[in-house]
Amino acid sequence: MSAPTGPTRLLDAPGVDVVGLDAHLQRWGVLPNVSAGVLLDAVDRSGLRGHGGAWFPVGAKWRAVAGAGRARPVVVANGAEGEPASGKDRYLLHHAPHLVLDGAATAARAVGADRVFVHVPAGAVTGIEAALAERARRGIDTCSIEVVVAPDRFLAGQESAAVATINGRNPGIPTFVGIRSVREQGVGGRATLVQNVETLAHVALIARFGADWFRSVGTGDSTGTALATVTGRWGTPRIVEVPLGTPLGGALGLDPDTARGVQAVLLGGYGGGWIPTTTALTLPFTEEAARSHGTSIGAGVVALLPTGVCPLAEVARVARYMEGEGAGQCGPCVNGLDVLATSVEHLAYRPQSLRGGVAALPTLCGLVEGRGACRHPDGVARFVRTAVSVFADHAELHLRRGPCQSTRPFLPVPAPVGAAR
Amino acid sequence: MSRPRYRLVVDPIACDGAGVCAELFPEMITLDPWGFPILHGDEVPPELVDLARRATVSCPRLALALVRLDR
Repeated sequence: MSAPTGPTRLLDAPGVDVVGLDAHLQRWGVLPNVSAGVLLDAVDRSGLRGHGGAWFPVGAKWRAVAGAGRARPVVVANGAEGEPASGKDRYLLHHAPHLVLDGAATAARAVGADRVFVHVPAGAVTGIEAALAERARRGIDTCSIEVVVAPDRFLAGQESAAVATINGRNPGIPTFVGIRSVREQGVGGRATLVQNVETLAHVALIARFGADWFRSVGTGDSTGTALATVTGRWGTPRIVEVPLGTPLGGALGLDPDTARGVQAVLLGGYGGGWIPTTTALTLPFTEEAARSHGTSIGAGVVALLPTGVCPLAEVARVARYMEGEGAGQCGPCVNGLDVLATSVEHLAYRPQSLRGGVAALPTLCGLVEGRGACRHPDGVARFVRTAVSVFADHAELHLRRGPCQSTRPFLPVPAPVGAAR
Repeated sequence: MSRPRYRLVVDPIACDGAGVCAELFPEMITLDPWGFPILHGDEVPPELVDLARRATVSCPRLALALVRLDR
């Protein structure tokens, strides 16, 4: 039951497929029986931030929820992971369900919640239900924990969309929270803490080993480790645990030589942004460093675009997918993302049709940013904006010589709903 | 007691692009190419609050709101 001393924490059971309750208790021990105040203090001091993509300080969020209303708050353990290039939450739910459930129970205790909803894709339900059954037999949890299936769409994990799914109204569709956030009014009208499942798994270890232990890895602002889904480095996508602050090249075992086969790096997925490979190699893996380069580490997606693939075709496929994944509720997003996706398609496949040249793209991005009920348009804008900058030479080539020969798709984009799979 | 401070908020889900707000309050609201409002600036200057309020109550979808900044 000792605290891990190395950089591997959540994935501390190598070679084990599923860490069952016995193995979990053997490795980590039972959750200490401490008060809400002690837990809030530990999470505050740990510096833990949300690993769902927003990197919001967890302690501040917990305090806001705990103080928000008269009725008991609700906790949502969010593992919806609608991002096609991300797999870390599904892997964690499969591999270490009890860390996630311990974290959810800890969060419930800290904010005074009596109900927890575990919001996960259909494929994760059996594993979580088996884990809950193991816990019920031992009488581990005092609050009610229910499983809710997340719809299979990009926006399913968005905070207000997750709440809508649990409330049984417009599942997977965001609501307007510009005046009252779900922290104040969420599931059943109660104050609601929506927290990513990986974040909760970190909480499970902070509750046991304390804030100082947690901070012993990472940087001052980005403490601990993060799970990342890495595509394009090895034959198949891989989930890795990275101490925050590690230079990306080191974390992925990329040296300048192997990096020659990488055109550019996508950080943060389809709502994140592109950075040049040379920048990526030395970039500390933290949200601050990513933001200073116009991107985000988001939910930990790292995709290495190989040479020989047309980057603009990749950007066009993703932009069109993201346009289709919008909820269709807000005028600027409905109209703007369609025009934006069409413009990127022009640049990729028929550059002579792009009116206003490449400069038209950032302008269109500016027209959708900050104008939706959720951040979906902002993410697409960031994805396209950074692509225009990082692939400027390639865009120039398209405009002068025409589009590339079609290349094999690299980034995973699900088939449109209704299409043959 | 100091005067309350306000900002404008559009509920983009409720908004259907009628454009009444931009007509009544062009000082802070213009329309995008599709007819949906773009807000300019954050705080509504005190001398414009009455005009802003007129725009909010005239929205056919009640999608525009004046929200207190100081609470």
